[in-house]
Amino acid sequence: MVLCLFGTCLFCSAVLGGVYALTKEPIEQTNAKILQTAVGQVLLRNADGTDIKEGTAILEAPDVLEMDGKSYEYYTQVENDKPVAYAIKSTVVGFGGPLTLMVGISADRKLVLNTSVLAHSETPGLGAKCTSDEKFMSQWKGLQLESTKLEVQKPVKDGIDAITASTITSKAYTSAVANALAAFDKIVAGQTVSENAEEAVLEETNNVEQEVENE
Amino acid sequence: MSKFGLITKGLVKDNPTFVLLLGMCPTLATTTSAMNGLSMGLATLFVLVLSNMAISALAPAVPDKVHIPVYIVVIATFVTVLQFLMQAFVPDIYATLGLFIPLIVVNCIVLGRAEAFANKNSVVDSALDGIGVGLGFTCSLTVLGAVREILGSLSVFGWKIPGTGDGMLAFVMAPGAFIALGYLMVLFNKFLAKK
Repeated sequence: MVLCLFGTCLFCSAVLGGVYALTKEPIEQTNAKILQTAVGQVLLRNADGTDIKEGTAILEAPDVLEMDGKSYEYYTQVENDKPVAYAIKSTVVGFGGPLTLMVGISADRKLVLNTSVLAHSETPGLGAKCTSDEKFMSQWKGLQLESTKLEVQKPVKDGIDAITASTITSKAYTSAVANALAAFDKIVAGQTVSENAEEAVLEETNNVEQEVENE
Repeated sequence: MSKFGLITKGLVKDNPTFVLLLGMCPTLATTTSAMNGLSMGLATLFVLVLSNMAISALAPAVPDKVHIPVYIVVIATFVTVLQFLMQAFVPDIYATLGLFIPLIVVNCIVLGRAEAFANKNSVVDSALDGIGVGLGFTCSLTVLGAVREILGSLSVFGWKIPGTGDGMLAFVMAPGAFIALGYLMVLFNKFLAKK
């Protein structure tokens, strides 16, 4: 009796180990492709002006920024040695669990270039529409940060229009973008020399982080 | 019973959703669209056929006292295999169905068929039974998903009916699932009774 159960468990574990080893690489490839596509979708054009094609954005290992107990991975797009845009990965709690977005922000802090959902567990047919609802998604494409408030409004004045019947998801989505923007400010603050004391403090903390990273 | 009868039995007379009322949790939760229902049905079909076959082969060697744990281990193995495969090759569907894939382990249809059929029948018959019940589940979920999608989002398999608005949102949400399931059950059983 014990032997039978033990044997079954042992055999099943072995099978699972085998399948895991076999599917590990395709799963990693799929995830890397999703990430690449997301970064490609939210950044500006390639240096030569051509569109970044799906899956062709070159990914180097991301930088990491720690802020408010969360870590933000980000990719910098560089043109002529100057950063032109950042793709920042931002995770918040949505309606059904974590909601992870890739947010592209132009280096002049004027535009949200685009957003892309990396992972979510929102309700199918409702919150999950944040990956397919044309009206909702198009708001984030080239969103003017100077004239638009990052908040869900009903009725919409100068903010974000929610997905019908998915206000919580829409709010979470919006706060993920706002968080990414806050992270962006910190990234930029760490890069420019400033006389402002507060920013200098920020810079210091960033330097400490960089040192930690260097180690 | 004829081999063909084994398949049609699961589709109509012992339809797991409309007649036996088994596996209600994934039925109500994942049928927000026809495509989601179909994917969930096929995922369950995959696990059901394989676990039925494995269990019918194992059953004579398994002592009674540990048969439930052994069956669950077997079922969980197939579900995990399915999970790896879906993650690797159909990440979109995996992302949509999410939590409900691992929950197939505790779907009472799968364990129910193992207990009621697979452990006393041959491997081939068990496979056919799995196909029949699995198809029954798949068809029911697809129909339920299609009805909810048409009423709730005014689209068919993701294709939006042109010139239409938002649809009745209630049907995409939980209450609509119960209402649609209830009416479909009535229709299905009325049709069965006439035969």
